[in-house]
Amino acid sequence: MVNLGGARMIEIGTAIPERIFTINRATLKAYADASGDQNPIHQNEEFALSVGLPNVIAHGMLTMALVGKFVTDWAGGSAKVKHFGARFTKPVIVPADTDVDLTVTATVAAVDENSITLELTATSAGIKVLGMAKAVVFT
Amino acid sequence: MLNPDSVGRTFEGAGSVSVTQSEIDAFAAVIGEVDTSVAPPTFSIRISLEQSQSILSDPAIGLDWTRVVHGDQKFEIFTPIKAGDTFTCSSTIESYRVAAGNEIVTVRSDLKSGSTIALSSWSTLVVRA
Repeated sequence: MVNLGGARMIEIGTAIPERIFTINRATLKAYADASGDQNPIHQNEEFALSVGLPNVIAHGMLTMALVGKFVTDWAGGSAKVKHFGARFTKPVIVPADTDVDLTVTATVAAVDENSITLELTATSAGIKVLGMAKAVVFT
Repeated sequence: MLNPDSVGRTFEGAGSVSVTQSEIDAFAAVIGEVDTSVAPPTFSIRISLEQSQSILSDPAIGLDWTRVVHGDQKFEIFTPIKAGDTFTCSSTIESYRVAAGNEIVTVRSDLKSGSTIALSSWSTLVVRA
């Protein structure tokens, strides 16, 4: 067990409370500009449909960035993250003029002398969008 | 198709990349992060994807970026990124296989400050048939 931040006792299996982020088309535009990824599948509905997608989809890396925010808020800041990985299993679909959810939860999977491993889940509209999502943070 | 000779090779980027506070601020704003003294953990994708696209665009390597889908991503952060950092970047094609006609390529990108690696990231790229 690790006493993180003085108040929380952490052990394997500890569940971290769920958090819901909101994604809409404005989020995708802002992320495209901030990340440099201007792929039209993330902004242009006509283009997304033309390549066989159900609608505009969020950048996988935006999903991961938001899950990263969940991790860093829990761990106590961006500098705490040592390892972070995920597989992009399903897209987050973002119709026009709609707020979609990204719902994130985590469970403590390992506790070491100076780090904690979190297994993360991320869903949107009830569908799991990341696989094998894991972060290792310094205590 | 990827040139089999590319697998296992490391390609060095030309020049260096500097990180500005306004780049970190813009990235942090999208995810609602107010502390921008260090970059969010996935910020480096901004540097590494652009750098690896440029480094691995040589036709002799044979990676068709127009058909690439991002399969997975991982980061190993040795030193958190801050504004004012300057990095050189290298890309290594770590593994390659073909599955159901798709090419699956794992690229490792290292951001280096001098000879010290600040961050390594791995991107699995699926080149769709």
